[in-house]
Amino acid sequence: MDSVNATGARWVHQNVVVSFRTFTAITGSGFRRYATYRQATLAGAFTNTVFGFLRCYVLLAVADATAQGLAGGYDRAQLATFVWVGQGLLAVVLLWGWTELADRIRTGDVAADLLRPVNPVLSYLATDLGRAGHAVLTRLIPPVVTGLIFFDMYLPQRWVTGPLFVASLVLAVLACFGCRYLVNAAAYWLHDVRGPMIAWTLGSGVLAGLYFPLRFLPDWAAVALWVATPFPSLLQTPLDVVVERDPPATQAGLVALQAVWVVLLLAACGRVQRRAERKLVIQGG
Amino acid sequence: MTAVIEARGLRKEFTVRVKAGRLRREKRVVAAVDGVDLRVERGEMLGYIGPNGAGKSTTLKMLTGILTPSAGEARVCGLVPVPQRTRLARRIGVVFGQRSQLWWDLPLRDSFDLLRHIYRAPAADHATRLRRCRGLLDLDAFMDTPVRQLSLGQRMRGELTAALLHGPEVLFLDEPTIGLDVVSKQAVRSFLADLGAGGDVTLVLTTHDLADIERLCRRLVVIDHGRVVHDGSIEALHARYGSRRRVVVDLDEPVAEPPEGAAVEADGRRLVFTVEGPAAPVIARLAGLPTLRDLTIEEPDIEEVVTRLYLASGPQPHGEPGISPGAP
Repeated sequence: MDSVNATGARWVHQNVVVSFRTFTAITGSGFRRYATYRQATLAGAFTNTVFGFLRCYVLLAVADATAQGLAGGYDRAQLATFVWVGQGLLAVVLLWGWTELADRIRTGDVAADLLRPVNPVLSYLATDLGRAGHAVLTRLIPPVVTGLIFFDMYLPQRWVTGPLFVASLVLAVLACFGCRYLVNAAAYWLHDVRGPMIAWTLGSGVLAGLYFPLRFLPDWAAVALWVATPFPSLLQTPLDVVVERDPPATQAGLVALQAVWVVLLLAACGRVQRRAERKLVIQGG
Repeated sequence: MTAVIEARGLRKEFTVRVKAGRLRREKRVVAAVDGVDLRVERGEMLGYIGPNGAGKSTTLKMLTGILTPSAGEARVCGLVPVPQRTRLARRIGVVFGQRSQLWWDLPLRDSFDLLRHIYRAPAADHATRLRRCRGLLDLDAFMDTPVRQLSLGQRMRGELTAALLHGPEVLFLDEPTIGLDVVSKQAVRSFLADLGAGGDVTLVLTTHDLADIERLCRRLVVIDHGRVVHDGSIEALHARYGSRRRVVVDLDEPVAEPPEGAAVEADGRRLVFTVEGPAAPVIARLAGLPTLRDLTIEEPDIEEVVTRLYLASGPQPHGEPGISPGAP
């Protein structure tokens, strides 16, 4: 009996190791795929930096107009950090512009994904993590360095903020992937996802805290958004963590809420994918 | 012999909406595949052909597990394709002529390496198969070129390699030579012929290029309107449609009185005989003609037979599934 258990445990262990290797190999390929588009990376980093100046001056003007120099509870330095880290995170979580799955469904190329012995959701997720890793190096650092040069940015004071920010960043990437996957997967039913994609682009910018920090809203609205929608978990939470907008317990609570949303979103992706495969029509001959 | 593919009563229906008035639309059920029975033995090379919209690709999609059949059952390598798709994927290879399984942004070398991890293929086996494909398909010149920069012929050679690196038992090929020039077509056909000759891999080939079939397949299954209308050898198809060889004789001078059984063309300068069985008696009879300039024997044309077969099946009773929204 013990030998059976030992054999079973070894098999599970080997399977986990091999699955992990497959996942990391796909992640590595995701990194390499995005690394081939150097000019696009450069153009993206430049654009985000230019818009960073615009957003930063607008938010600083808002803070200056208040009596205490605080806007939504952020001081000037925190607002500068919020903007410049946000400009970098925008590309890391890839809020906009990902239509790969929808395009492959529309053209029928999704058939090639289904013919591989890996779960399509995990395969796309692994690729996305590779892409996000590339974006951390090429799209997050340039705006942050620009902000540090031209503005008085807030630097975290608490040691716990570092690991919490890393955790929050990873969770934001996972949550945003989940949202994007669900919007793209609408193509299984609609064939053309321009409508959902426009709704996502407009909604996510406002509700994730890109256009203005969600703490500018009344408390009830901000809490409702955090609890009832995944949007604040995509951008606002990691930014609030890095600028230490809240005490450590609240910081950790927000990150835990992100984790809940990640579990819910990835479970929804798996479920939607399974349903889609049952009714799937592969386009084209 | 062991059947590696078995299908019984395989059927796939699609619901299409048809305009039935100014605002009204009617739902209509179209059977793209309508009760296909198929048994393919291990090591066979099967040609699966039919006109556009006949249900070839839909059958392949059901056999590979990416499309759920509306009725009937199928087993490939002993597995039920849809519920056991992931396990089946490790044992089959699929090449689509019109879509790519390679990563657009990566060089072939990286794509092949990634596939090794995805299929969990042992490194040594993977390396051996890759070495063989590189030799037979001349891949070395473009192994480091991103797939998006490859020509169609180069990409197709990459696709074939990608489909074989995990050592599949069955290789499904959906129009693998579509759009290729004659040189690339020959390269692909020679490679597949070599592969089939080994007897380890079962090949199922759908194509509109009947030269592929003549070169590669001993067995031919013809499907039309979702039903199998012929299953047998190419010779059996010729026999069924009475295909005959033609003996064409060119003369220096027109004949005054044509020999018996000859059709006269080119102002009497050409005689055409249709023969059943050996052509020797006809040739012997013609050898004495004083004005004989040239003589050729034309084998029966498979395209002609298949055209007759398609036409004999008649028009679609319920529209063209291939062009309907949501149809394959």
